[in-house]
Amino acid sequence: MPKKKKRSIAKDELKKFGKKLADDIKRGKNPEITLPVRALSNIIFDKKECKLVLGENVAKRYFFNVAHAKRFLQTVEIASICKRLIDENKHASLRDVFYMAKRTIPKTKINIVDQQSESDKAIEDLELITNCSREMLHVTANKNGSVAGNVIIEDRGDRIDWSKLGSGGWSIPSVTDEIEFKKVKAKYVLYMEKAAVWERLHEDRFWEKNKCIIMSSMGQTTRGIRRLLQRLYEEFDLPIYVLVDNDPWGIYIYSVIKYGSISLAHISGKLAIPGVKFLGISADDIEKYGLQRHFIKFTDKDINRLKQISQYAWFKNNKAWQRQFKKMKQNGAKVEIQALSSKGISFISEKYLPEKIKSKDFLD
Amino acid sequence: MPKKIDREKIAAEVLAEKQREISVSEFFLKNRQLLGFDNPKKALLTAVKEAVDNSLDACEDMRVLPEISVSIKQIEGSENRFKIVVEDNGPGIVDAHIPRVFGKLLYGSKFHSLKCSRGQQGIGISAVTLYGQLTTGKGIRVFSKISPKKPASFFEIHIDTKHNEPMVVKHEKIEWENKDHGLKLEVELEGRFTKGRQSVEDYLKQVAMVNPHAHIIYVSPENETFEFVRAINNLPVEPKEIKPHPYGIELGMLIKMLKETKARTLQAFLQTEFCRVSSRIAKEICKKAGLYEKARPSRIAVQEAETLYKAIQKTKIMSPPTNCLVPIGEEEIVEGLKKEVHAEFFAAVTRPPAVYRGRPFLIEVGIAYGGNLPTDDLVKVYRFANRVPLMYQQSACASTQAIINTTWRNYGLSQSKGALPVGPAVILVHMSSVWVPFTSEAKEAIAPYPEIIKEMKLALQECGRKLGSYIRKTIKARQQRERASLFEKYIPEVASAISKLSGEKREKLILCLNKILRKEYKIVKNAEEKEEKHSKG
Repeated sequence: MPKKKKRSIAKDELKKFGKKLADDIKRGKNPEITLPVRALSNIIFDKKECKLVLGENVAKRYFFNVAHAKRFLQTVEIASICKRLIDENKHASLRDVFYMAKRTIPKTKINIVDQQSESDKAIEDLELITNCSREMLHVTANKNGSVAGNVIIEDRGDRIDWSKLGSGGWSIPSVTDEIEFKKVKAKYVLYMEKAAVWERLHEDRFWEKNKCIIMSSMGQTTRGIRRLLQRLYEEFDLPIYVLVDNDPWGIYIYSVIKYGSISLAHISGKLAIPGVKFLGISADDIEKYGLQRHFIKFTDKDINRLKQISQYAWFKNNKAWQRQFKKMKQNGAKVEIQALSSKGISFISEKYLPEKIKSKDFLD
Repeated sequence: MPKKIDREKIAAEVLAEKQREISVSEFFLKNRQLLGFDNPKKALLTAVKEAVDNSLDACEDMRVLPEISVSIKQIEGSENRFKIVVEDNGPGIVDAHIPRVFGKLLYGSKFHSLKCSRGQQGIGISAVTLYGQLTTGKGIRVFSKISPKKPASFFEIHIDTKHNEPMVVKHEKIEWENKDHGLKLEVELEGRFTKGRQSVEDYLKQVAMVNPHAHIIYVSPENETFEFVRAINNLPVEPKEIKPHPYGIELGMLIKMLKETKARTLQAFLQTEFCRVSSRIAKEICKKAGLYEKARPSRIAVQEAETLYKAIQKTKIMSPPTNCLVPIGEEEIVEGLKKEVHAEFFAAVTRPPAVYRGRPFLIEVGIAYGGNLPTDDLVKVYRFANRVPLMYQQSACASTQAIINTTWRNYGLSQSKGALPVGPAVILVHMSSVWVPFTSEAKEAIAPYPEIIKEMKLALQECGRKLGSYIRKTIKARQQRERASLFEKYIPEVASAISKLSGEKREKLILCLNKILRKEYKIVKNAEEKEEKHSKG
């Protein structure tokens, strides 16, 4: 899709949105915004496509309703900011947009937004309203991931060799739709939730020895990373293995990459990668490598989260996963990836990962 | 050697020479605080109070709407001397009684009767005469007219302080123009004039509050005129006199009654002198006391009186009748508060009669809220006993305790622990009883009997609930207004954003949005009104 056309789509959609509200107002109607409900209750697990999609429940947001008024105002305000960004052909980060919207309404003590979470939510709403992604609305996220491997790409006219970027690797931008792959020499992609683990593997030149790509983020997987993973999966047929902590939060990171997330179910088509495999740390790894010594006790929050995740439609009827959840519950504790270091600093890169990949010891 | 003989005198005989009768007047001089004349400020108030209470009682006895005028003037050339004049339209007093009413202490009609009257609370107007005489040397001057057909009487009376007897200095018949009947008295005394709390003005204002049927005019020493208008044209129901209930009697009183009774037998004495004593009950008491029921009451010795007293306490006797109580009435309290307190909400509650120690009583509570009342102060408490304001010793009073022990936060007022609530409110507590129990002789605070506190709390809670629902409603209305103003502030912002998106003119959008706001707001308001009506029904 050419760049220009994309811009005009978003612009037209925003205008359409504004016109609809203006028409409501001119007809003396309480202006309303209709939105699909973005909550677990309205998430459907599409078994055929193997991803999360939004159901048909919609919520109406009225201006003349005390409970809605402020979010209504935030939504239209952020929409007008996005329109300006598109008009001026500038990109802004989520944080930028927050500061652009953060001002006090004249003669009051009310700020249009008080926290970034409010403007972030408004942007997610706008994606649903206009059916355009955040990137199309010229809003970007912070980059917070690293990648290394035998790959050459072109981004905004610069050639970048992922194997020649020193200790830091290439930092993944928030928009990865437009980069061009020039050369990809790898057998699989290894994605991990911990930057520290990535640094360990990078120092050990794991990607070189095992002919793969290693990628990480800090915590939750950003859209840029998910899109990049998806492109490598779809365009180069590379298997994708996920390495996370053995706890409910780690499992959810895997779940988001594979099926899409609940809050972004509306764009899961673009981001979900049903072929992703879970590499570890599994409950069996704990037993096999004797990691029980490194248990960290679950908090009540962890236990609740585990309960929630085990009830998700996409895990509910999966016997292998239910077995994992059961064991996790029995352990009542989590194990971090770094626990492997107790076996030796390079145990992970020399023994654990090669063994797992060779024996195809994955969960699906 | 007469001196020697003196020394040999027996000590008791020497002491006996010093012992002599103390006249009531001398007693009064040494114990003036018992009678409300502790200090010059209070003396002025007490004098007015005695006169006004008498006037109100007299008018009600005659069944005429009270018209009372009070004036206080400073005597020229003196800083602390005042002349008080109080006039009413009551029945007046016949000549034969005037000297003793005004010139003999502890003389009156009300002390022995069990009837809801104001009078039982003071020592009487004669104390005012005495106080005036002691501080200025002048007697009281009384004008009385008992019928339009008869000429009025004028008296000037002193008290013979040694013998507690009136001395008529002057008595003559005079013409009192334009007056059918009534009484006027003039007295000079030493006092101090103040304003504000516990002043004459404050007192009369409170009188007006619980006597909305009275019309009172007051001219102060500063020549300011205050008029307390009449809000209700009905006189209170005439209180019925009742006989004492056996539970409410004390031993000494029982002995006195036994001595004075005209009944010939003990059983007859019990049946005729007390209420709620049937022949069966009377026999039961006699049996329990081990006394012959036909014994002569006057011959029952002190020893036997005590057994009789104990037997009474052990016998189950029906509660006293309550038709002797005269409530002010809920409507009357609201009217009274409305004319004396500038507030926006008024409520009142009259409780059904209850009994403490064989004495019937009744509690009423009124609340005024909002308006000009100060928001950050403790609530103002007005206390009354048989329609007489209690001006002193608030903290010792049962009503204060009852208010403190009520949880006002439930009713929309803030309150710290162990304190009166805070808020723009006035709380009125009235106790009507044939015998109001006071904590001390000064008769300014109601004694905290558990039964009385309980009734007061129930009345306060009931009234509090009315207040609470009103406060919640006003808060709701305020929120409604706040909502509307919130939208007003959002409208320009929403309009400019939508204008930027759609290309519509911002001004036009603002105009339309304001139109919708007015429409929507009205809809919401109507819905709320409907809801209120529903809850009322």
